Amino acid sequence: MTSPLQQKLKVTGPVVVTANRLGDGAVVYRAADGTWTKDLAAAAVVTTTPAALELLGVATSEKVVVVDAYVAPVELTPQRQVLPGNLRERIRSSGPTVALPGQC
Amino acid sequence: MYIYDDFDRTLVQERVREFGDQVNRRLSGELTEEEFKPLRLMNGVYLQLHAYMLRIAIPYGTLSSDQLRMLAHVARRYDRNYGHFTTRQNIQFNWIKLKELPDAMADLARAGLHGMQTSGNCVRNVTTDQWAGVAPDEIEDPRIWAELLRQHLTLHPEFSFLPRKFKVALTAAAHDRAAVKIHDVGLRMHRNGAGETGFEVIVGGGLGRTPFIGKTIKPFLPKRDLLSYVEAIMRTYNQYGRRDNIYKARMKILVHELGAEKFAGEVEEEWQAIKEGPLALDAAVVADIAARFRYPRYELLADNPPELARAREDNRFRLWLDNAAINHKVAGYAIVTLSLKPEGGPPGDATAAQMDAIAELADRYSHSEIRVGHEQNLALPHVAQRDLPALWRALDAIGVATPNVNLISDIIACPGLDYCSLANARSIPVAEEITRRFRDLDLARNVGPLHINISGCINACGHHHIGHIGILGVEKNGEEYYQVTLGGRADETAELGTILGPAVPYAEIADVVEGIAAAYLELRARPGELFIDTVKRVGVDPFRERVYAAR
Repeated sequence: MTSPLQQKLKVTGPVVVTANRLGDGAVVYRAADGTWTKDLAAAAVVTTTPAALELLGVATSEKVVVVDAYVAPVELTPQRQVLPGNLRERIRSSGPTVALPGQC
Repeated sequence: MYIYDDFDRTLVQERVREFGDQVNRRLSGELTEEEFKPLRLMNGVYLQLHAYMLRIAIPYGTLSSDQLRMLAHVARRYDRNYGHFTTRQNIQFNWIKLKELPDAMADLARAGLHGMQTSGNCVRNVTTDQWAGVAPDEIEDPRIWAELLRQHLTLHPEFSFLPRKFKVALTAAAHDRAAVKIHDVGLRMHRNGAGETGFEVIVGGGLGRTPFIGKTIKPFLPKRDLLSYVEAIMRTYNQYGRRDNIYKARMKILVHELGAEKFAGEVEEEWQAIKEGPLALDAAVVADIAARFRYPRYELLADNPPELARAREDNRFRLWLDNAAINHKVAGYAIVTLSLKPEGGPPGDATAAQMDAIAELADRYSHSEIRVGHEQNLALPHVAQRDLPALWRALDAIGVATPNVNLISDIIACPGLDYCSLANARSIPVAEEITRRFRDLDLARNVGPLHINISGCINACGHHHIGHIGILGVEKNGEEYYQVTLGGRADETAELGTILGPAVPYAEIADVVEGIAAAYLELRARPGELFIDTVKRVGVDPFRERVYAAR
């Protein structure tokens, strides 16, 4: 898949804005209150291109907090649970799918 | 080991201070990410899926035990207790924090280690045969020439902003263990009819989305001309290489589009203008570099000592010995490969505890020296054969004595989508599953030498094009698929593999590999015919028919 950073934005379903935290590179999500959270469940979910662009615009203006902010797809379960929308985002959210060395 | 001098130490320490200042300015907001990114890349710092990744050069694959201990320390203190050895004799740490990078780099610098030129559009780590200086089949130690190139090309102002990255590899052995034909510049040492040694110069090799095997443009280059000729190649590339399209910017594209002959002509013209200048190598300079490579004072020993004969009665030891130890150029010694390919484990990874233990064993049994190979294994280059039984027990205890070197479970793989921001598909779990399928060493030995290379995207960090079996991860409609090639090889007869058939989904790729192995056992002319020779003899069609028949 093309890097999300290189994709033109066309929102067709629920999305969040995600980035890596500047200081440690940790995966973070933009929350509705304007903060960044490591918890996907606390991310602001939007469903239209203008709303996503607005969220992304504010996020990318914060140049000393996060790096490489972009819009990522999510799935909403019937219980309104927020899940990553593809494998890449599942791995970003949950970490490598393999046991780390020394933990096998 | 090569002994660095004050110039090297000062250079590395100055870079650490400079980068520390750059990190602080980034964290304070004084530098934007756009300004900072090229600076961090110049120091081997990437931003991957979960965290920053730090790539550290291991020039020509030679490490001291103290350096390996330092890598263990960095893994333990700044990362998550492990590191990943790459296909270019580097090590990568996957969980480094930007705010801690200056401290990590300062620690590394104390051991002469750094990440300079492990990224960016510059000359990358110069690589060579991991058995350099000890291999029985080599003409001379190629690291002397690798070090000359390293010194000349480190922070070279003319070549710090090339059109794209630039990779150089050397070998001085009959058998190419450094994959020189897939590098921008590959150098193979030969001896001519007059008994002189020089380099065959191969250019324009490379993998990625447009793979090429390099072409020889100079069959025999006198060693005194090495720097001037490489300089002429790089000037030619720097002048004509494309900067308008990242996918066409590597030198392989220029060589292909100009044609090797015309490219060679351009290089020759440039070379004639500079070959008698300051870059002509003075024998004293070469001798000075050579003198900085220290070799052990080997004992006078005989091959096959009685201790070894007795130990061979242990079947497990014999299996390991026959697989992982090879003859040294000095009688009574062996070169021992440490498999970083455990069953069900990620290829090329070593824990901090393993690194510390290997450093200790290197002190005890290998004159404090360790080697790193592009196959993502380590080696102890100076082991007295009488010590092999004790060494084996110690290696076995830390999980690096799996007797699968060069067998089907000795898989080369990139980090793939589990770590890499460029990847389309996972590599590591595919490799792990294949090692489980071939955990029966009788089966693996029956299949014999067979290299599997796995890349998680077209950038080909796992060198899939030159795997005997190459596996490329692709993405189709959001799902992971794997395209398989057969018949690639990385040695002196390097070739690109041929696509076997349609890509298969993640759940089926290990089945396909099992099917290929079964087809080989059926198709080989005799038990001793290697997999790669069978593919060469019969082509891929008989494999395709058998593997895809049931799909």
